Amino acid sequence: MKTLKPLIIDGVELKSRLFIGTGKFSSPEVMARAVEASGTELVTVALRRVDLNNPNDPQLSALDFSKYRLLPNTSGARDAEEAIRLARLSRLATRTNWIKLEVTPDPHYLLPDPIETLKAAQVLVKEGFVVLPYINADPILAKRLEDCGCATVMPLAAPIGTNKGLKTADQIAIIIEQAGVPVVVDAGLGMPSHAAAALELGADAVLVNTAIAIAGDPVRMAIAFKLGVEAAIAAREAAPGGESRLARASSPLTGFLREEAAS
Amino acid sequence: MTRFHEIVQGMDLAAFRASLEAVTARDVERVLGAGQIADDDLPVLFSPAADAYLEEMAARSAAITERRFGKVIQLYAPLYLGNECVNKCTYCGFSHELQIARVTLTPEQVLADAAILHDEGFRHILLVAGEDRRYVSMPYLLQCVEMLHRRFDSIAIEIQPLKTEEYRQLVEAGVDGLAIYQEVYDPEIYQSYHLAGPKRNWANRLDSIEFGGEAGMRSLGIGALLGLAPWRPEVALLALHGRMLQRKFWRSKIAVSFPRIQPSAHHYNPDYRVYDRDLVHMIFAMRLALPDVELVMSTREGARLRDGLIGLGITRMSAGSRTDPGGYSQPEDHDGEQFAIDDARPPDEIARAIAERGHEPVWKDFDREFILAP
Repeated sequence: MKTLKPLIIDGVELKSRLFIGTGKFSSPEVMARAVEASGTELVTVALRRVDLNNPNDPQLSALDFSKYRLLPNTSGARDAEEAIRLARLSRLATRTNWIKLEVTPDPHYLLPDPIETLKAAQVLVKEGFVVLPYINADPILAKRLEDCGCATVMPLAAPIGTNKGLKTADQIAIIIEQAGVPVVVDAGLGMPSHAAAALELGADAVLVNTAIAIAGDPVRMAIAFKLGVEAAIAAREAAPGGESRLARASSPLTGFLREEAAS
Repeated sequence: MTRFHEIVQGMDLAAFRASLEAVTARDVERVLGAGQIADDDLPVLFSPAADAYLEEMAARSAAITERRFGKVIQLYAPLYLGNECVNKCTYCGFSHELQIARVTLTPEQVLADAAILHDEGFRHILLVAGEDRRYVSMPYLLQCVEMLHRRFDSIAIEIQPLKTEEYRQLVEAGVDGLAIYQEVYDPEIYQSYHLAGPKRNWANRLDSIEFGGEAGMRSLGIGALLGLAPWRPEVALLALHGRMLQRKFWRSKIAVSFPRIQPSAHHYNPDYRVYDRDLVHMIFAMRLALPDVELVMSTREGARLRDGLIGLGITRMSAGSRTDPGGYSQPEDHDGEQFAIDDARPPDEIARAIAERGHEPVWKDFDREFILAP
């Protein structure tokens, strides 16, 4: 068995490769139960939903943050300036310097702005934040963000909320190949098989929100994603035989060579 | 890009209306089966033939809304600043010639009403006023926004058309949303209701939502006042307007409202009555036409309809509304309302109803930190 490289972000090892987004749920109670069922160790929360002046804000108080790492996100920010402002506010209020950088000027597809994301990342890394940027599956952008000190890159599989799966698989494969930081596939994962596919491709983790939040039974769906992620990790650790374009006979054509060497 | 009023002026509206009537069941099935719906096909969704597909449209609308927005309903409250108005519009409770108690709130009164809304849990408010710059002037508006923008996470305005530069000042002061309902998209029918005052200018009204977009408003709200004109061509034009605004102002959120004039003994009676089934049809169709826009339902509509639509397409609702300036602070006196409220349930009861229908009532979905000047 081949153990996977541990997932370590800012010196913290995360055993679960499934991160959960907390938006879109029908209630904070349902969200908390789904988060628990998923076995996750990291949840994201949209700062725009949180009243950071209220220590008992229902968005935050529903979860036991001794069990989960909080990763606040800047979703709704249209440019670097807004994202930076939100991040600074987040650090003061939540006491974590981890931030998921989400700069999405287009409110329709919520696709991330590469230029503003890079600008914000450069500033925030210098200010000591642990930056996890949400990006389109752009391999060059991923390297630029890694170069400026981001802790991970988080390329999308498909636009947020579309549940379409790994539409950007080829590009993500390149990112994974070239990455020196953990790669977390985020957005657009609609089914456990999508999450498993992302991990089988070599991603270090996946982030799932909509698919769990809007399922008829979010707790059961969270379990399903947990199992899908575990299946993919187990398969990787089992060192799979790999795909073959040609049929591979159990007695290969070159079998005679081995016989000659042995004699 | 061309302004939307030029597009409408270039259309043959009689042919447009006729084409809606001519839509067949086959056309509807083709459009419902298409992945992306082309602009030319949008009107099919609002046709009489589409009525037979209401249940299917409901299911699709529910699925799209759920994926895109989640199981949430965002709550907001209108805050009426004043009901002085220089316009004479036959359908409006604020029309110039009506003998009603005319009020413009003082800053203290604005704060008093705002405090009540804040205590109720609202963090998104909509400032509304009639058109009279002697009372609700730019300095007055800017002062209101200045007072309110640190207490509320989102301030939108719904007032008379302004110039781009004025919208820019409001954006800088902290306003993030603009709502201007065209009332009637058909220019001839529009004239018949707007008898005197600047609101007679149909083209300028239509342009001003674009001025708002150009000034940087993050949210652009549009709507037709249902009951003033035949609804199908009106709402089809509304959908096309939404599409155009989405393309032109790709950084802004678009919101579509469905204000409906109900038959009334005391207020204006609509010439083109819109029935419940029609209202529900247009909401589902709008969701299919514009999958990513906010669809807004006010308290003009009653509890049964509002609650029934939760999860089917609506994403934003007002609650506990008062349309008479100062109404929150003086709840017993209903003089000077712009329109009658049908759903008079208090906000916490509406929040409970939303929760009972498996959705989370969201009081805060934006943060003043996005736009506060450093």
